[in-house]
Amino acid sequence: MKLNERSLAFYATCDAPVDNAGFLYKKGGRHAAYHRRWFVLRGNMLFYFEEPGSREPVGVIILEGCTVELVEAAEEFAFAVRFAGARARTYVLAAESQAAMEGWVKALSRASFDYLRLVVRELEQQLAAMRAAGGAAPPRRPSALPPRENGCACAVWSAETPAASPTAPAARPPLPPRRRASAPLAPPDSAPFSRLHEWYGQEVRALRNQWLSSRARP
Amino acid sequence: MRYNEKELRALSRQPAELAAELGMRGPKKGSVAKRRLVKLVVNFLFYFRTDEAEPLGALLLERCRVAQEEPGGFSISFVEDPERKYHFECCSQEQCEQWTEALRRASYEYMRRSLIFYRNEIQKMTGKDPLEQFGISEETRFQLSSLPRDGLSARVSSRLDELD
Repeated sequence: MKLNERSLAFYATCDAPVDNAGFLYKKGGRHAAYHRRWFVLRGNMLFYFEEPGSREPVGVIILEGCTVELVEAAEEFAFAVRFAGARARTYVLAAESQAAMEGWVKALSRASFDYLRLVVRELEQQLAAMRAAGGAAPPRRPSALPPRENGCACAVWSAETPAASPTAPAARPPLPPRRRASAPLAPPDSAPFSRLHEWYGQEVRALRNQWLSSRARP
Repeated sequence: MRYNEKELRALSRQPAELAAELGMRGPKKGSVAKRRLVKLVVNFLFYFRTDEAEPLGALLLERCRVAQEEPGGFSISFVEDPERKYHFECCSQEQCEQWTEALRRASYEYMRRSLIFYRNEIQKMTGKDPLEQFGISEETRFQLSSLPRDGLSARVSSRLDELD
């Protein structure tokens, strides 16, 4: 299969800011040794070079459709980039520190074009809805009935009755973003509980902050 | 350069943003236009022989220039070698415009710029960062400073300055 490799190489080495870069150990094959390579993440392409100054990458891993997970390996700080399908290759990589490993796992799991497109579409819709509603969001007050969508929010909203106001109707608080069935925004499937806990925790913290700041408004 | 061809082939079977049978001519001098099934999936343009399931090839659409070519066609070239063009023939001006529009928006870099733009717009309207709900507001790749210095980014940045 042909691929515009020259353009790919230029994309790998152009002076635009990279999304992540650093040394990683890459396992050659199932029973092969690890090779230390300079990795550069740009968009949904993970390039790897002999060293930082190399003019051309040794290779590239196209990240579309992959999942990233921690693995049990002889090597410390190891993680895997896995693809679906029979006899699909799994790339086992190892970082040089816990922090580096976490940074890479985070960056790689959100690197797909698909994920980015989803976020952009969501923002596009939000902006369009805001413009249709005439700009400013209506004043928000906690309603007596907590929203049913998100069980977590119920604990946060108190049972206080909305302040009597003839002009502004008590508006329901905004619902959290709807979780879509497709993978990119879903929590990591096969992750250990601590990661799931962290993933959901982020969402709860964000909702709570939103609610706290809307309460602070006069 | 090594690459995971298996995954690229699998990608070519994913639902396409746009797909059509077009005339295609490679960049080499003296190449002849041939009918190809052309399929746009994420930031790759795949091309197939019209009766085959496996792609002949793919073009990564980063740092590329899409231009309309008279009559009723368009070309794709890459920033590092603008004279080397892949030519495509459409059956109508409408189809041509549909493809050039879609191809211009089909790069990761374009998506990133759009995200930064929308983020700023929403932030100005609400005072809140819409990326917080996704837990990605701190990522450097979505900061305004991450935009590369080129004409398009300059226009986006100046547009954002105007809104201040």
